[in-house]
Amino acid sequence: MDIPYTIKARPDTGLFNAKLGIWLFLASEVMLFGGLFSSYILLRVGSDPGTWPQGLLNIPIGTFNTAVLITSSVTVVLGWSALQMNNFAAYRKYQAVTILCAAAFLVVKCLIEYPEKFTHYEVWMNDGNRMTGHIEGKPYFLTDKKLAARKIESIKFHPDAHHYAKPAAAHDAAAGEAHAAAMEIKTADIKRLSAFVPGHSTYFAIYFTLTALHGLHVLGGGIVIAYLWGPGARLWKTDPQRYINRVEVSGLFWHFVDLVWIFLFPVFYLL
Amino acid sequence: MSDTHSFESIKKHRNVYIAVFVGLLIGTALTVGMYYVHFSQLWKTITIALIIATIKASLVAAFFMHLSNERRAIYSTLLVTAFFLVAMMYLFIHARTDVPLGTEFRATKQVPHAPAPADK
Repeated sequence: MDIPYTIKARPDTGLFNAKLGIWLFLASEVMLFGGLFSSYILLRVGSDPGTWPQGLLNIPIGTFNTAVLITSSVTVVLGWSALQMNNFAAYRKYQAVTILCAAAFLVVKCLIEYPEKFTHYEVWMNDGNRMTGHIEGKPYFLTDKKLAARKIESIKFHPDAHHYAKPAAAHDAAAGEAHAAAMEIKTADIKRLSAFVPGHSTYFAIYFTLTALHGLHVLGGGIVIAYLWGPGARLWKTDPQRYINRVEVSGLFWHFVDLVWIFLFPVFYLL
Repeated sequence: MSDTHSFESIKKHRNVYIAVFVGLLIGTALTVGMYYVHFSQLWKTITIALIIATIKASLVAAFFMHLSNERRAIYSTLLVTAFFLVAMMYLFIHARTDVPLGTEFRATKQVPHAPAPADK
């Protein structure tokens, strides 16, 4: 059975069906991310002074990932225009760069950035003092409850030079890196210990929700583009215009993913 | 992406894509550079950062997604989306000043709109 309007435009909309379909899907995506951005604004505006973490994310890594996504966006559109000019070899090269960019983004996110957060801690002391830093040995997901359960009496803590609640920390590029002298902290003196995980604070809860959801979109878009680049490219020989349309639709999704990141980056990393 | 493209117009468009790409990189550099400028008030930082982000997003939407030259059906879809997005964001943000009676905030122990004690 032939699906109508996969190549020719429908007379009423002036679009082939998949194109209208992807725009309707992107409209629903706008509402999804819009709801989460609204939550972010609500949490940020509603937070007590000095409780909203700032300067805890790695700006060079975030900048790198932004450049990677921007590059992938331009290679997608250049690949599509290469197909329009009947240059399949150039399309293949451009989309190969896109796929590499998608992979690089996910590797940086999942293997560098997230693990860095899972080994970075905040400790709330019984005397009201608070510090961020690293625990010797860089353990993952340690909490005060786990310390008690494992009967660990003390930890060796390498505090950061600044705590985010102090004014200087927000604009200190090295806030997450520079350390004061290591110190021994007794478990009995710890009121709460948490890595920078969603349970740490509303900031990290919304940060992980939004960036992980965005990461899933990168993964999904990357898989579709890779499929069209690889096994799906057979269609180019039998029905080239339909193939171009598929590439265009996947490209529109990819640009949307880039567009979301353009807002995520300043909101989480810089503000 | 309009459906009819001549070879020449596609070639011309490719130069535009490269120019937009450079513009996006410059925008990113400006955003990061702004982080290191110490503005006296936070709202200034937020406003400038969001203006740059909006310009970058508009470039992507207008040129990479070809919204600068699209069909009416897509504009109509986006107009409806924009309306509902603004309405939803308003509801979310409005919720901050319209909490249910007796809501207690853990951090401040503040009880907004607490019912007045009954007269005896």
